[in-house]
Amino acid sequence: MLYAILCYHDEDTVGSWTKEQDAAVMKKLTVVQDKLTKQGRLGPVARLLPTTAATTLRKDDPPLVLDGPYAETKEQLLGFYLVDCKDLDEALDVARDLGAANPGGAYEIRPVGHFTAGSVQP
Amino acid sequence: MTDTAWIDAALTSARPQAVGALLRYFRNLDTAEEAFQNACLRALKSWPQNGPPRDPAAWLIMVGRNVAIDDIRRGKKQTALPEDEAISDLDDAEEELAERLDGSHYRDDILRLLFICCHPDLPATQQIALALRIVSGLTVKQIARAFLVSEAAMEQRITRAKARVADAKVPFETPGAAERSERLASVAAMIYLIFNEGYSASGDTAEIRKPLCEEAIRLARLLLRLFQSEPEIMGLTALLLLQHARSDARFNADGAVILLDDQDRSKWNKTLIAEGLALIDKAMRHRRSGPYQVQAAIAALHARAEKPEDTDWTQIDLLYGALEIMQPSPVVTLNRAVAVSKVKGPEAALDMIEPLAARLSNYFHFFGVRGAFLMQLGRNDEARVAFDRAIALANTSAEAAHIRMHLDRLQRDSQPRGKKAGK
Repeated sequence: MLYAILCYHDEDTVGSWTKEQDAAVMKKLTVVQDKLTKQGRLGPVARLLPTTAATTLRKDDPPLVLDGPYAETKEQLLGFYLVDCKDLDEALDVARDLGAANPGGAYEIRPVGHFTAGSVQP
Repeated sequence: MTDTAWIDAALTSARPQAVGALLRYFRNLDTAEEAFQNACLRALKSWPQNGPPRDPAAWLIMVGRNVAIDDIRRGKKQTALPEDEAISDLDDAEEELAERLDGSHYRDDILRLLFICCHPDLPATQQIALALRIVSGLTVKQIARAFLVSEAAMEQRITRAKARVADAKVPFETPGAAERSERLASVAAMIYLIFNEGYSASGDTAEIRKPLCEEAIRLARLLLRLFQSEPEIMGLTALLLLQHARSDARFNADGAVILLDDQDRSKWNKTLIAEGLALIDKAMRHRRSGPYQVQAAIAALHARAEKPEDTDWTQIDLLYGALEIMQPSPVVTLNRAVAVSKVKGPEAALDMIEPLAARLSNYFHFFGVRGAFLMQLGRNDEARVAFDRAIALANTSAEAAHIRMHLDRLQRDSQPRGKKAGK
């Protein structure tokens, strides 16, 4: 089953990392990702730009365009992974590995109902 | 990242909100800073053992406030710190305080904190130093290094600035809409100053002063998060991001300036550019233009061009025209002339800048640009005179080195071919 691992963290804190700290975290995460890639279990991975770059469309009639993210929260959605896992336990293991590489914040683990790979190449 | 590195990042990011709230309680900058400092010391003791609190800023405000109130009650007598258990017992209180912080208060707290640093009596350099110390929490040593002065001199500068601010009446009531937007404009200008302190550096000091650019971007993002729908704050943030994106390509190994046209564009930071472009896109939708947005739009046109010849100079010319109307200045016209030279040729550009000669008679870039136009027109003798004047006015060795490169080229071009071959 495909699981989405949604990454929440305090954006201010992540933004306060030095370039070196940021690079160190990314490097550790790469190790976890490489393992998953080798097992053929890693789907798309995205790191989102800061929520200041976000725009929200409220589907009112007529639709309303608002600056900023959908929800004002203490921790923000900063990125996501799609990972193929046997069950929730396995997905939690992956999240634990990722969490060890990048402490702080939280991961929301959500089973994926429908997935289309699409054709965009980065 | 180690535990302590995580705590450092959390303390840094909580600082503006925590100091801002403590300032609202105590109405005194020194007390607020000291209270925050004390709270940080306790955090360093408590967090590694008890784990990080759910809301670090609320924790720091709560602890900072309690300790400061204790100090005040006890008449500043030397007292032992409360037991750690007493501190870790804050869970419920934290929850309650966090609820209250969710209100709009903290937005004005942070704005007020930034605004205090922009006091009009303070010279620009003091405003910046104060903001970096109080809001960003950089150490005096770090700030002194970025300003290339001694630690003692910077300490004195900050102390003076603080005294001046303390004497001024700080407005603690919640600002009205008009007042808030005035504050926002002052703070935006101050953030731009911080950025320029870092950006205008060159040669061996460029690397040392780079943190100023990074700090300015952090503050701009913070301000934008507080005021999500302000197109000029989007514009400011976009401008800083787009300019900073080029920082790895702006100097050669000797520290000499590399002009935009000659930069290795593969060294531009794509992520920063993407963020800058996204913000200027968002800002334009508001159809409330302003100087930061126009400058960001110009920077965006450069960023979008994969090769220098792809640059949309016609559009840049138009944007500078708009900027001239918003902020008339000979320097803006000078910049516009560079765009005009690409669109209509160096002759038209030269005509455009001649009327500026009197007002820019001591401005390095005027003579650098004038020399370049003359050189393009093959008027080499006049170009040489302009370049000589530019070198005399250069502010940094990198600027001088760049002009010397032009002079060398003129020299080479004027030599007969035979001589060159004989070398």
